[in-house]
Amino acid sequence: MGEFKVHRVRFFDYMPTAIRAMAFNAHTEKLALGRMDGSVEIFNFADHYFQEKVIPGKDSRSIEALCWVGGRLFSAGLNGEITEYDLENLRPKYSLDAYGGPIWTITSNSQGAHLAIGCEDGTVKLFEVLEESIQFERNLDRQKGRIISLSWHPSGAQIAAGMMDMIRVFDVPTGHAVQRLLVDRGFGGSKSRETVVWSVVFLSDCTIISGDSAGKVQVWDGHTGTLVKTHLVTKWDVLALSVSKDESSVVVGTSEGTVIQFQFIAPTLQQQDKEWVRTRTFKNHTHDVRALAEIETAIVSGGMDTQLVVRPLLEKFDERSYASGLRKIHFPHRNLVSCAKKAGLLLFQFPGQLELWRLGESDGHGKPGDSLPLKRKPEKLLHLKRKGEDHICCSALSSCGGWLAYSTMSSVRLYRLQTDNNDISITKVPKLPKVLRSAHQLCFSSDSSKLFAASSQSSVLIIALSQSECKYVHTLKPKSGSRQPIHLMTNSVDGKWLATANSDCEIHVYNVQKLKLHCIVPVYGSCPSAIGIHPTTNNLINVHADQQIFEYSIVEKQYTDWSRKLQKQGLHNLWLDRDTPVTHVTFNPNNPEQILLHDMHMFCIIDQSLPLPDQKTQFYNQMTLRSLSGQERPSHLHAFKICKTFQDLLSVSLLDDQSLVMVERPLLSITSQLPAPVRQKKFAT
Amino acid sequence: MSNCCFTSCWFLLCAAGESVNVYSTSTEEFVHDLQGHTDLVTGVVLNPSNHLQVYSCSADGTVRLWDFMDGILIKTFIIGYPIYSIYVSEKHGGVVFVVVPMANYKSSELFQLVAVHLPRSGDQEVEARELSAVLCDVSPHPGAVSFGREGEYIAATKGLQLEVFFFKKQKSYRFSLKSGMKKGVKNAFTCVSCHPKEDCIATGHADGKIRLWRNFNQKKEYTYTTLHWHHGAVNTLCFTPEGTNLLSGGIESVLVHWHYTQENQKDFLPRLGAAITHIAVSPDGSLFCTSHSDNKITIIQSCVKVSAIIQGLVKGDGVWTDLIIDPRSKALVLNGKPGHLQFYSLHRDKQLYNLDIVQQEYINEEGLDQFEVVKAAFDARGDWLATVEERRKKGAELEINLKLWAYDKLTQSFVLNTTVTAPHEDRITGMFFSPSPETTMLVTTSLDDHFKAWLLADHSDTKEGFWSCDFVGGYHLLKPGCCSYSADGSLLAVGFQEVVTVWSPASWELLTTLSQPPGAIRDLCFGRLSCSKYLLGTSTKNQLCCWNLLTCSLEWSTPMDVSLLQADPLSENMAAFCSQSGSSDLFVFKPSEPRPLYSQKALCTGKVQHAVFAPRDQMLESCEERTQWLNRSQLYFITQDMDLLTFSTKTEEDRLLASSKQLMVDDSVAVTPFYLLLGKHRRQQLEKQEALTNPMAERTQLPQGSIAIKELLHTPAHVLPSASFLCAMFVRSLLVSRSSAREEKAEEEMESEKEEEDSEGEADPRLGESAAWAPSEEFGAPALTKAQERELRKVKTFDHSWLSSLLDS
Repeated sequence: MGEFKVHRVRFFDYMPTAIRAMAFNAHTEKLALGRMDGSVEIFNFADHYFQEKVIPGKDSRSIEALCWVGGRLFSAGLNGEITEYDLENLRPKYSLDAYGGPIWTITSNSQGAHLAIGCEDGTVKLFEVLEESIQFERNLDRQKGRIISLSWHPSGAQIAAGMMDMIRVFDVPTGHAVQRLLVDRGFGGSKSRETVVWSVVFLSDCTIISGDSAGKVQVWDGHTGTLVKTHLVTKWDVLALSVSKDESSVVVGTSEGTVIQFQFIAPTLQQQDKEWVRTRTFKNHTHDVRALAEIETAIVSGGMDTQLVVRPLLEKFDERSYASGLRKIHFPHRNLVSCAKKAGLLLFQFPGQLELWRLGESDGHGKPGDSLPLKRKPEKLLHLKRKGEDHICCSALSSCGGWLAYSTMSSVRLYRLQTDNNDISITKVPKLPKVLRSAHQLCFSSDSSKLFAASSQSSVLIIALSQSECKYVHTLKPKSGSRQPIHLMTNSVDGKWLATANSDCEIHVYNVQKLKLHCIVPVYGSCPSAIGIHPTTNNLINVHADQQIFEYSIVEKQYTDWSRKLQKQGLHNLWLDRDTPVTHVTFNPNNPEQILLHDMHMFCIIDQSLPLPDQKTQFYNQMTLRSLSGQERPSHLHAFKICKTFQDLLSVSLLDDQSLVMVERPLLSITSQLPAPVRQKKFAT
Repeated sequence: MSNCCFTSCWFLLCAAGESVNVYSTSTEEFVHDLQGHTDLVTGVVLNPSNHLQVYSCSADGTVRLWDFMDGILIKTFIIGYPIYSIYVSEKHGGVVFVVVPMANYKSSELFQLVAVHLPRSGDQEVEARELSAVLCDVSPHPGAVSFGREGEYIAATKGLQLEVFFFKKQKSYRFSLKSGMKKGVKNAFTCVSCHPKEDCIATGHADGKIRLWRNFNQKKEYTYTTLHWHHGAVNTLCFTPEGTNLLSGGIESVLVHWHYTQENQKDFLPRLGAAITHIAVSPDGSLFCTSHSDNKITIIQSCVKVSAIIQGLVKGDGVWTDLIIDPRSKALVLNGKPGHLQFYSLHRDKQLYNLDIVQQEYINEEGLDQFEVVKAAFDARGDWLATVEERRKKGAELEINLKLWAYDKLTQSFVLNTTVTAPHEDRITGMFFSPSPETTMLVTTSLDDHFKAWLLADHSDTKEGFWSCDFVGGYHLLKPGCCSYSADGSLLAVGFQEVVTVWSPASWELLTTLSQPPGAIRDLCFGRLSCSKYLLGTSTKNQLCCWNLLTCSLEWSTPMDVSLLQADPLSENMAAFCSQSGSSDLFVFKPSEPRPLYSQKALCTGKVQHAVFAPRDQMLESCEERTQWLNRSQLYFITQDMDLLTFSTKTEEDRLLASSKQLMVDDSVAVTPFYLLLGKHRRQQLEKQEALTNPMAERTQLPQGSIAIKELLHTPAHVLPSASFLCAMFVRSLLVSRSSAREEKAEEEMESEKEEEDSEGEADPRLGESAAWAPSEEFGAPALTKAQERELRKVKTFDHSWLSSLLDS
């Protein structure tokens, strides 16, 4: 596998924010996830749960609810605004004040023609969805007390609204409240506190199911307004409800971190009359489950503990497969760390600031597995706070460590860094070209003479950098006319090639010297999760969300023989069954045969000179190899060398002095920074 | 007491050994037993088509149909294979489902569930050969199979698999759980119960979870709910007849009562004493009964109240104390519940009470080291009880407590007098009270090379004395193994490995040493009565020695591997148990002559653990030579399998049989001897009360009750005298003379007084009656003289029935 000196970096205090809202678009199989900091993430469930897009948050924006109307995404928040997102430019398209105080919820009817929002002032407002915007239509009868949750009847004729201590049913055509369902308060001390109906669903047979802060899940008959059944589920709050598409199952999220499934089951077999029965309990969260979606084959849940959990419903699968495994998504599927390979600097990107660290140094020698004594401790050189309300969406550090750039939704900032021994000085480059307003991705060329910025419609701006000024050079535009944003960008060491990947799964290769499109890599069905250009051969390695690996020769404009062989033989099942995508590809300049990859749980070196493993070979063979003698070893070697010593990896890069930088963020330290969960009586405590 | 079932709310049936015991639920008395099986009875179920009959199955390969009210065996069906459990359903009339070993693998561990069509023939004994296999590879555990709603399907669990077989479709569905071994989860199925009204199967699991399965007629879309309260395995599950509640029990000895539709509401009935192994519910749902691992049945009324406990001999983890006879109650005393001593009446086959020795909360959890009572001894009069409890933690120091308990006449139980913590530095091997009536002295021997004598120290300032150490003795740093007092208490023999030392307890002087190598001394025993000059000892090297204490020499010795030596306190006899080649032999002999009075080869398999001679209440006048040694006392012994066995004579057995016949009285209510005494009396009183309050009732009752009418109607016509004669007699019977009525009343009063003594605690209705009368008296006549009052009372006690009878006629 080779021996490396490893910088085990654990000082990146990356802290994901809590999940607040979730909306699943069954048509496109995309899940929109709203976080507490106002950012929105789009996951493509059809493409191995890949995090396709991230819309950065903003200080003043908060998201209480998300809602899809066709392919359009709306959100509403406590700032009283409804926002529609521009998913192509990853920014809010427009925001509209609803004039009803904070908005607690937003839902669309099944026809997609109207949006209903529930406001603090007790009104349910209907908005008509127009081609390009939405327009206020009317208010339903105003109630006393806030509207916490809303649910349309599938016919669109009625709306159930969860309020304080009650549920109202509105007739949409007339706008009058037709039913008033009183929700009991909790027992004991909580008797004096109002019950908040956190969530409500309206089924097509006019059954209303509600979840409230007294820990009850109640089933109501919407025709008569009578309570059918009460399930006391928790001592704390029932926060989220979600119904399956065929309305045979409802999942409930509670403050205890449990997700409880209710199913519509006939008590005696072969009979028609069914009732809602509490069935399974899933406990994958430690904190509040705030957002929940029951999709075709799985239950998706998220909450205060920041992880997104996809819990497959095993009865929907015929056999054990990739899709039937439990999946937890902790980290974003993109890089938050930039590494200056020559200077040994690390740039950490937070939503609100950037941190620049110098790696520690050691001159010790030791056996493999030893930890070396540090001569110089790692040092935080810079803490750069962003300007303005918008959160940082991308950042870059040049490999010489002399340039630093970051972009928010509204502006791009470029800094010149000067480090002489222990002094560091930072100067903002004052006049940036006007065209450079915001970027989805930033990237410096390896000789630090150019800055590439991915702009709207998959175009790339080239900015020439020099000591005195920075100058706009050219805009590279793809021929395909794709409007999707670029999420990956890399350039070759010799400065000739630039490769970009966008959400349409297209990979474009540009010739930077000639400033024109060189070629388009044949489009593969899965989104690229990492790309890299080999420093010597100029082959493009692209790894996709479905774990496939391709090698494409830029010069010859075709897949290399190794790639064809790999595709022909197929990847090992254990490789394909991994559940986090490869987020970074890098190369070893000293050994051109080696490709370095990593995902969250492992670090892998692919040695192209070695035979590929077939399905029968032992895939994780490092332990076996170590036990074998020198003669036997070569017969057991295969191309994939996997190391699982380092866990919860955010980034791996190889410095020019042949030392590896492993940026770890242990999940345990994330959990320890979370607020305390609700108190629960545990057995034997 | 393994498998119990309710037949009605009156009777509880329970399989016990080779018979089925019938208990009354209201009085918890043993009514009678159904005897006939020749091997262990493995299951009892009510005949679904006739609620006065039960089926029982046994390992002897028969299913028997009983009339349990009268204890009559109706039919025997011979299956031919050992039967492990039995199930019936109303829908499947004439068919019983039994679990038998797979035909081809008779010896192996594979079992199948077969349906047995019971042939309809009049014979007492029928061979049922029409077997059809329903499910293969089932668990022989009776709780592992259950019939579903109206017998439409049957659910069976084994290992990690639940199998549901639908009779209509003849199709079975299997549901498996992941073993989850790597996470240390033990989710194997332990028991199953089906909801009686809905299609829901409850299964218990080894990790304490209960799963409620629904939609199980589909291969994939099935679903289940998990309930979790038990921390140990769920031993048993049972739905109530209406299906509104689910009962579960396990090692925690808590009956958990789940509400069927409100799963997180549950009620508990804690502190039931021992792990619950089986739950049964009466058909009307009013009574539950739980059987426990310590040989106990608890009857629970309406889920909240324990109404009765049927306690047999507690079968604890082991018996460490010897079998001891309490001199006062003549009860057998041995380890009972953890940390307790049980007092068990041998004559009534009933537990009297448990004495809490350790006095610490027992934690129902496997693998915990807890204090256990390891030694107990009574003094000659039963005034003092000495107990030793010890706890050996793994790798830690031994903790020993010696406790001395005084008998309190007021409370009729033992009260803790002295606790000696760490009386010895090592394990105590023997403990005996001095049998002499003058001094109460206790001797303990221990592995720490010492024996100690403890005396009750009298202190004038305190009312009660406490115990303190009087003497510490040893012999050449040898470890004492056993000790024994002579019958009069004048000599104490202590066995120090190979050496027997004889001490005088009065002066603590070492009188003599006897040694008979080779082998360490295992047991020591002084002879009694005419043989009191002999001391008997057994050694580990297969020697039984008898020393004459007058000559201090060995009288005789025989090579015998005596594992246990026990002296009869009431005769010269001694019993020696020898273990040879896996079974035990018994020899009864007198020390004076080395020839056995009685010997029994191959008494039982395995080693006899403990034995005791229990004195009889009355001496038997047996003339048979073989059983003469049993005349004064009975020998009880406990085997390796914790079975308590005894010897009985022929005459005794005859008497037992006769008494059981006597008790067969037909009545609608459970009839027990107790009820015979009490119930009749109570009924009489009830009638009397009714008569007093309601003259109408009296009027209608009288003709039936009259002897004359009975005679008139019941005597065949051809033997009756002439009508004129009868008429006169009839009229006379209706007239009640004053004097005779008075006499009757007096008699009755006497009788009831007598009965009152018998039945303590029964509220006396007569008292209430007079209390009710008293105020009316005062209202009627505020100023009555004593004489008047007496007169009035006389009128009151006077029988008014004649008045009403006059009215009637």
